[in-house]
Amino acid sequence: MSGALAALFWRELRIARRSGGGASIGIVFFLVLAAMFPFAVGPDLNLLARIGPAILWIAVLLSTLLGLDRLFQADHEEGSLDLMLMSETSLELIVLTKCAAHWLTTALPLVVVAPLFGLALAQDAAALERVTLSLLAGTPALTLIGAIGAAVTVSLRRGGLLMAVLVLPLTTPVLIFGVSAAGAGAADPAPFAILCALSLAAIAGAPFAAAAALRFGGE
Amino acid sequence: MRLDVSDIRVERGGRRVLDGLRFVLQPSEALIVTGPNGAGKSTLLRALAGLLPLAAGRITVAGEEASSAREVAHYVGHTDGNKASLTAGENLCFWAAMLASEKSRSLPVAKAVEAFALTRIADLPVAALSAGQRRRIALARLFVAARPLWLLDEPMTALDANSRAILLAHMESHLGEGGMIVAATHRALDLPNARQLALRQ
Repeated sequence: MSGALAALFWRELRIARRSGGGASIGIVFFLVLAAMFPFAVGPDLNLLARIGPAILWIAVLLSTLLGLDRLFQADHEEGSLDLMLMSETSLELIVLTKCAAHWLTTALPLVVVAPLFGLALAQDAAALERVTLSLLAGTPALTLIGAIGAAVTVSLRRGGLLMAVLVLPLTTPVLIFGVSAAGAGAADPAPFAILCALSLAAIAGAPFAAAAALRFGGE
Repeated sequence: MRLDVSDIRVERGGRRVLDGLRFVLQPSEALIVTGPNGAGKSTLLRALAGLLPLAAGRITVAGEEASSAREVAHYVGHTDGNKASLTAGENLCFWAAMLASEKSRSLPVAKAVEAFALTRIADLPVAALSAGQRRRIALARLFVAARPLWLLDEPMTALDANSRAILLAHMESHLGEGGMIVAATHRALDLPNARQLALRQ
């Protein structure tokens, strides 16, 4: 069974690399969003420094959604989802593995470039470190909650927008604690701990919800 | 292994597609499912594969009650189930790891590719191949992961005469080794030990 999951993981990474665009388009979208905010807010560096973490979080949240709608849809359309349902490996673990590969190829690059874009938002070194850490801890929750939306909309042709509408409200807690963890830092460890808890809960719970939706969607 | 299907009912979109269907399949037997469009041939295969829920009735595999023959069956349907951006070999390697339950009886990918005369194109991305070649890659999956029951939905679609003969020979040898086949088709399939199941609308 672990052999099957390893094969799935490498397949996903290979597809992400081969089809191209996935990670890089997400980063470019992130850059565009992060660059638009200073234009909208105006040349007030103090204000920008204060709302910088929130801007980065919103931008990462929207960039993560990009491409998530294809997480299961591509497999559904070409029939490989049907075949995965027929393997002895549990669908929950298949979902978790696909999410892990998706996080690694699309969300992690966003976390890596976040400090760079943070510089443009007048963040100092300590703030950059805090916001990057909070993104690292919070993005798994975003990917996994998004996977539920992707599974629910798997058989819909234009499910992308519907998925965003379904998923964004569910990510509100992650956003709230993510931004407050980025703002609070070492002074108050509680928001960061809750953020980690949200990610762990999503890892534990979301695969079951997504797998149930996929089984139902195959009909 | 024996497949026992008793009085199954399958509904799609609130409409009964199959009702009270029963048959028994013994090792080395094939069942050819025929019927007009919309008679429920694909529905039957998908229900056997566990991709559609049974509204009533039951399926017994090797004497054990199961909701479907999911883990002992191969399903080759209308979609090929291969990633267009990966090569034929990569796709087959993946399915070998994902589906193989009896590893000792499965063929290595290179052999399976050879069995369907795909060696020359195994290194090309599936996106660059013709419909018939894609179909043969999907069929090569039957060999990289050995499973006793083959569920084939219109297996001859898009295949040329030569490939049809190859597939027919493979189906015969699968039956000869004690395997089972349920095939939905409009063309006549010349198989030994084959029974017909005609579905009506």
